Amino acid sequence: MTKSEKMKISLTDLSRNFEEVHPALTDREAVEEANRCLYCYDAPCIQACPTGIDIPSFIKKIASGNLKGSATTIMSSNPVGASCARVCPTEELCEGACVLNHSTKPIVIGDLQRYATDWAIKNDQVLFKKGERNGKTVAVVGGGPAGLSAARELARLGYDVTIFESSSKAGGLNSYGIVSFRLPQEVSFWEVDQVKNLDVKVRTNTTVGKDISADEMLSTYDSIVLAAGMAHVPDLGIEGEELDGVYDAIEFVKDTKTKPLTDAFIGKTVAVIGAGNTAIDGATCSVRLGAEKVKILYRRTQEEMSAYDFEFEFAKQDGVEFEWLTQPVKIHGDEKGSVRSIECVKMELGEPDKDGRRRPQPVQGSNFKIPVDAVIKAIGQTRHLSLIEQFQLDHKDGVVQVTESYRTSNPKVFACGDVVFGKGKGEAMVVTAAQQGKDAAYAIHKQFKEQSVTI
Amino acid sequence: MADLRSNLAGIQSPNPFWLASAPPTNSGYQVQRAFEAGWGGAVWKTLGDPILNVSSRFAAVSFNGQRVAGFNNIELITDRPLEVNLKEIYETKKMYPDHAIIASLMVEPKQEKWHEIVKRVEEVGVDGLELNFGCPHGMAERGMGSASGQVPELVEKQTFWAKEAAETPVIVKLTPNITDITATAEAAVRGGADAVSMINTINSLAGVDIDTWNTIPHVGGKGAHGGYCGPAVKPIALNMVGECARSPRINVPISGIGGISNWQNAVEFMLMGASNVQICTAAMHHGFRIVEDMIDGLNNYLDEKEIPSVQELVGKSVPKYSDWGNLDLNYKIVARINNDVCINCNKCHIACEDTSHQCIDMLKDGQGNPILKVREEDCVGCNLCSIVCPVEGAIDMVELESEHPPMTWNDRQAVLGLVQEKKGNLTP
Repeated sequence: MTKSEKMKISLTDLSRNFEEVHPALTDREAVEEANRCLYCYDAPCIQACPTGIDIPSFIKKIASGNLKGSATTIMSSNPVGASCARVCPTEELCEGACVLNHSTKPIVIGDLQRYATDWAIKNDQVLFKKGERNGKTVAVVGGGPAGLSAARELARLGYDVTIFESSSKAGGLNSYGIVSFRLPQEVSFWEVDQVKNLDVKVRTNTTVGKDISADEMLSTYDSIVLAAGMAHVPDLGIEGEELDGVYDAIEFVKDTKTKPLTDAFIGKTVAVIGAGNTAIDGATCSVRLGAEKVKILYRRTQEEMSAYDFEFEFAKQDGVEFEWLTQPVKIHGDEKGSVRSIECVKMELGEPDKDGRRRPQPVQGSNFKIPVDAVIKAIGQTRHLSLIEQFQLDHKDGVVQVTESYRTSNPKVFACGDVVFGKGKGEAMVVTAAQQGKDAAYAIHKQFKEQSVTI
Repeated sequence: MADLRSNLAGIQSPNPFWLASAPPTNSGYQVQRAFEAGWGGAVWKTLGDPILNVSSRFAAVSFNGQRVAGFNNIELITDRPLEVNLKEIYETKKMYPDHAIIASLMVEPKQEKWHEIVKRVEEVGVDGLELNFGCPHGMAERGMGSASGQVPELVEKQTFWAKEAAETPVIVKLTPNITDITATAEAAVRGGADAVSMINTINSLAGVDIDTWNTIPHVGGKGAHGGYCGPAVKPIALNMVGECARSPRINVPISGIGGISNWQNAVEFMLMGASNVQICTAAMHHGFRIVEDMIDGLNNYLDEKEIPSVQELVGKSVPKYSDWGNLDLNYKIVARINNDVCINCNKCHIACEDTSHQCIDMLKDGQGNPILKVREEDCVGCNLCSIVCPVEGAIDMVELESEHPPMTWNDRQAVLGLVQEKKGNLTP
């Protein structure tokens, strides 16, 4: 029996492999679990949620059969609450804080959140109304979690909001960056529609800085929210990177969500460089595209890996192999310019560097080759440097500098999400971006209110 | 192995668990299956003039997802011919001579009707009779069941008529749909009852469908009140058993009925004065097999307590059941929270703060961890916090030593009365 058979991967119908893996709760399961919630007062799960969802209330509403109310409670605090139900590291957030960890077992808050929002999706519910127009206009650069969140709150507060989105659809990471078997696109699109229902305009296929200049935006809109996220995966800086069969993990995952699934990976060997959550996505997508052997190569060890534990477990379940302390030094190709193998060097850990992780150093003469058909690069993402510079915003290595209220060096421009996410600032999570979007919206509102008082 | 044999007014059974008169005891087939499963006795579904039943008969109340917290029915007495029931009783008794079979009876309040039915059922070998003065629906509209069970004179008279003809013990089953159950229990005793059983079902409407606005259950869009039973009624039944058990005028054994779902509930009823128990809803929810744990659990409980016979439990808590006026006003308990066990759900805080006596504070300990603390001087010992607490052992209700000797309301009134009297005497 081959590995793909063991993993129940279909080689004849690849689309099956990309269906959501985690099953939804049944009605009965949801009600039973909802009734198990203690309905704590001043509940720690609320405090552990970056968007502060009133979790006991939305769970109580599931128990009472008030699913519209439940979904509204969730989405009101978190405009991308349906996506977060699936992608949040809940054991590190709400479920980790559940008091039942100290007595029985925590409530499956993520699954209940998905149950309530799934109901709203299936029943075409419109949960929010736009606010009375106040005559102010705001442009939001980027339609990902942070941008959508800011736009939703601004529209509720009465602003005329336009989102500028470079892709053909909004949703950002949720629509394109998170693998389908974790987060189906229609969930993200529903969240986008919820925002559009508030008369928020979404100008897709429009790249700010190219299709419309920063100056034009600054002169057209009363305020701007920069929520452009991050850009492509940087180059490895090694020989052979241009070969056919070398992929950017972000693009690779995006293709599985936007194009017909390719059968080019069936039976192939794939190496993924890096050990963050995107690397795991690249690896598990490869497995689901039918790859026979998938290896994650990481220059440090499991200790330093930035992927969540549950993602690591998930990859292992999928049969992904991990090669620790392994750094690629060259990609070898054949005469046609296709990848044939990857040459690596063994590493050892030295002294801790700036971010506290021990710095890996090559072991002299330990070079070895792994025969591979494809290489997927997942060593982080670059910054939208030129865009930031067009807006003339203060930044550190592409990380936009903001105040506590997400205001940039230009008082008209606020920034949130990955554009402000700097090294050593904890984890970049969808749910954090959503909260920053809300906070940026409230800061803009506060600024206008103060201005109107002064005038 | 403790001795589980029970004896209710001379009716012997291998254990105190009887099936109550209800759908589970409708036929010989069912009662035989029940005895095979281990039930000690069965009160055959009420015999009388055959009736017609409606379809859509039962409904249940779920609470927070828990099915059958309460149960409601509009089924009437047996709808099978008397001859068929008598034949099956005869056959079943022959097959299971050591198990108790009691015939539940309901006829019009006429002397000759009672004489006739008593004779006919005793001919087939029943161990006792249970007079159904409790059924609250349907039959009551025809002057039977609870309609006669709510009138002490009718209870007394009909019991007397049954006793005139009966050679086996007569149990009178009482309705809870009355202000003071001891009034009808006493009437049964005056009529010569050998035992009383309680409670029958409570007038009820299980629910209303909020989409169709129909009653639950409904019969073609129309509903009528039913009889309520199941776990939710247990406290009501237990009180009525206790009230009868502690009444000096009701000196006959009691068969306890009402929401008994397991051996622990049975022990409670027996401690409060029941000589045995009758069960229905639990069997309807889970099947006859549940009696296995009832027997096993009761036996283990008795063995652990080194009580040789189940009959020694009967009435042990009755002296502890009294009137409010006899409770010690100087007895004091307070809540104490064990913060090492507490999981900080804060339910005790909000319950106390919003709905009781505002004496649980949310504080931080030296390390900044959240803790809860009771201000004992303000605590009235209401128990609410320990009731809502989801964790065993997180809140203890602790007895405080009283500065004053015990004094009940009645003591107090008596002393005051004495003072008043003295004052009165002094007044010229």
